[in-house]
Amino acid sequence: MATSSPTLPKLVGSRVKRREDPRLIQGRATYVDDVKIPGLQHIAFKRSDIAHGRIVSIDTSAAETMEGVEAVFTGRHIAEFLRPMPIGTPFPSPDHHAVAVDMVRFAGEPVAVVVAADRYVARDAADAITVSYDSLPAVVDPEQAMQGKPALVHEKFANNVALGPIPSGTGVSPDGKKVDDSAVEAAFKNAEIVVSQRMYNHRLVPNAMEPRGVVAHYEPGRSQLTIWSSTQNPHILKSMVSGMLGLGEDQVRAIAPEVGGGFGAKINIYGEEYVCAAVSKRLGIPVKWIEDRSEAFVATTHGRDILCYIDVAAKRDGKVLGIKMRLIADIGAYNMLLTAAIPTLTMLMANATYDIPAIRATLTEVFTNKTPTDAYRGAGRPEATFFVERALDMLARELKMDPAEVRRKNFIPKNKFPYQTQMGAVYDSGDYEASLDAALKASDWKNLLKERDELRKQGRLAGVGLAMYVEVCGIGPSATLPTGGWEHAQVTVERDGRISASTGASPHGQGNETTFAQMLADQFGVPIEHVTIHHGDTAVVKQGIGTFGSRSQAVGGAALHMAGTKVRTKMAQFAGALLEAAPEDIVFEGGKIMVTGAPAKAKSFAEVASFAYIPVPLPEGMEPGLSGDAYFEPTNNTYPFGCHIVLLEVDRETGEPKLLRVVAADDAGNLINPLIVEGQIHGGLAQGIGQAMIEEAVYNEDGQLLTGSFMDYALPRATDFPRFEMHSTCTPTPVNPLGAKGVGEAGTLGSTPAVVCAAVDALSEFGVKHIDMMLRPEKLWRIIQGKGGAA
Amino acid sequence: MVPISITVNGKVRKGHVEPRMLLVHFLREHLNLTGAHVGCDTSQCGACTVLIDGRSAKSCTVFAVQADGSDVVTIEGLAKGDQLHPLQEGFWEEHGLQCGYCTPGMIMSAVNLLNDNPKPSEQQIREGLSGNFCRCTGYQHIVNAIQYAAAKGGR
Repeated sequence: MATSSPTLPKLVGSRVKRREDPRLIQGRATYVDDVKIPGLQHIAFKRSDIAHGRIVSIDTSAAETMEGVEAVFTGRHIAEFLRPMPIGTPFPSPDHHAVAVDMVRFAGEPVAVVVAADRYVARDAADAITVSYDSLPAVVDPEQAMQGKPALVHEKFANNVALGPIPSGTGVSPDGKKVDDSAVEAAFKNAEIVVSQRMYNHRLVPNAMEPRGVVAHYEPGRSQLTIWSSTQNPHILKSMVSGMLGLGEDQVRAIAPEVGGGFGAKINIYGEEYVCAAVSKRLGIPVKWIEDRSEAFVATTHGRDILCYIDVAAKRDGKVLGIKMRLIADIGAYNMLLTAAIPTLTMLMANATYDIPAIRATLTEVFTNKTPTDAYRGAGRPEATFFVERALDMLARELKMDPAEVRRKNFIPKNKFPYQTQMGAVYDSGDYEASLDAALKASDWKNLLKERDELRKQGRLAGVGLAMYVEVCGIGPSATLPTGGWEHAQVTVERDGRISASTGASPHGQGNETTFAQMLADQFGVPIEHVTIHHGDTAVVKQGIGTFGSRSQAVGGAALHMAGTKVRTKMAQFAGALLEAAPEDIVFEGGKIMVTGAPAKAKSFAEVASFAYIPVPLPEGMEPGLSGDAYFEPTNNTYPFGCHIVLLEVDRETGEPKLLRVVAADDAGNLINPLIVEGQIHGGLAQGIGQAMIEEAVYNEDGQLLTGSFMDYALPRATDFPRFEMHSTCTPTPVNPLGAKGVGEAGTLGSTPAVVCAAVDALSEFGVKHIDMMLRPEKLWRIIQGKGGAA
Repeated sequence: MVPISITVNGKVRKGHVEPRMLLVHFLREHLNLTGAHVGCDTSQCGACTVLIDGRSAKSCTVFAVQADGSDVVTIEGLAKGDQLHPLQEGFWEEHGLQCGYCTPGMIMSAVNLLNDNPKPSEQQIREGLSGNFCRCTGYQHIVNAIQYAAAKGGR
């Protein structure tokens, strides 16, 4: 007999504390370096210390005779059992060996591998290897590289052009083969004002706090390989490692244990992963490789590094008629998994939030003797946002218009969604004016401008910057990803009424164990403590793609919702049989399953679960058990958006910029856990602001990374930020059943141009129109001194 | 090999180590205390922070032999049984972590911070964290977490 059951609080939409945290705050989590296996040997890589050259000889004799050294392999040895690495894009690509065979093409490229009993000995042995090179001139400047100067990175790629120039936008056929310039030319012909600028979105080092690491354990007796890796996508790792080792996918188990951040740089499947797996298989022993931070700076992919020549044609009332964008991406020495695709996202997002009648973007990707680029938080979209927003800001300044009003004048109106852009995207939903207004209101825009003017009256150099953004998230339909663009989930109601679920979205700080459990707790009317979310292990999570492109919730969450719905439907059938009611009249609430309108007719959740596994009698037409899975294939990406506003001051004496306010109004559609969403946006803002103000990967003319440690590369600290002021609007997406758009990257989009716009505003009295990032005090000081330095 | 004896989380631990072995590796590999993490090799990131004789120290920058005879507390030794330390509680309540890699070091630094200054201002908290990097949170929720612990009078 059921008494009135307490209803559980609805969790979706609530600020639920994370379920991951107890292990993390007590030092009980297992990251890859915490994995121990009896007999484990350690790998260290000998890496090239020059950027470009031919390997003449490698002397490994001192290393080989060192006590505790198990084996030493040069690139030539490795190539005997490991072919060149595959990439994940359909573009032409040079051979890329995990360990260099004849040539080295960036400082940090592996040239030899040591296997030893402990990590200190492995390092000693790697240091004892001597390599002799015929060095070649380093290709460092992408524009010179395009002239074939001073050398070729890859012989088969004339003028160092990896890809392009490929056109996109108005008048360009989808295959890029037919190009009609008339609309773009007409836009510029009809323009009353044209703004032109060369802008550089500079190179960054992702710097997840946990460097990469791999444990590979091939068991010859079982013909099975288990590989632990600090990766964002264990299922892709499994597929690619099995392919490279000549194993079946059934013979490889990939595990992403606790992963200490990724930010896009742990999407790529790296040479070190293949080498560890192949060496383990060859030697029949488990091996571990843990990246040092100094290694991570050169061996883990970098982000951004796109140069843009932009022209904006407009009427004097601020209406934009057309945009031309010539993009040059410095992709470094090799194509990695998604390298070639990232800058294409910059083209894709050239429309930004605006209804622009004619756009032409052209992209050339260039090889240089630098660490390869690949995804880094935002991956192509922050670059597009930066170029367009900075250009519109320049337009506003030329026209002496309020920067907010220039944006408003050009927005895609909210009644035009879904909106087909000039660049081939279909924006799912949006209300950009509402977002702008939310940010203006939150910043108290008019008073903010007054405050700036007051500061200026005191002789201080204050500036206000504003930027809109829209990004492409929930990546993505299978047509856009070589791995497939779906996500997979499985839900099981156990015999005791607890719920186990698995997701292919493999988190590294995103809190899926919490958000996904919130969803299932609501769906089944059970306490969240009764739900466990599994992830990151391909033996437990049968299929999956991974976590990148802000897709966990929008794609993975949708799959989980679908799998949950399947199981819930079946459970309602079992409950209907027990309660003698139609399944559609069954409700799940407060840990009970009851008949709607008749709360006395109820069973506990566990009773129904138990019946499903011991179904006596088995209801007609039913199979025992309560588990189900689902693949969610989105029909489109999602397009979250927002507006970021910054108040900044530059010290007149030193040129040092200081943030006074950061206001963010973000729209990610429906939110599962606003607390986690806030954390995601904070982190994105920090990285976006970090790029604008202090982070920069700098190479010298020899191709040496000058910012190769935390002593030289300024990773933001707590003192670099004011308190972020957070606001939001909510425009759900129709693309998935949750209405959630994705939020992991959002913070990096608007913040960067907003900071630079504010800096330009602060220094406007010196006639500066644009400042390339990062905002090094010296650069700003030179502008103040009237000594140039500005673009 | 050099014999050492270090009190770790209240227990005397003995070992024979190479003179060059870092304290963080002794903790992680000899004692299986893997809460202290290695996030850099230039003593900047603070992920390896522990308390040595009550003061926060980067265990990647101390040789195990240097810690001989000292009293070390790691993240694993902070809670009293099931009772979380107020800072651990604060980090959980205020969403002060995402990937969790910097968290043990961040918390151990904050223990030192609150020991020195039980009622820090926001600016003092931010300055007190200058030896610890976090790439995920943008620090705001970490500041909130430390304020939470300070308000509870916790150290």
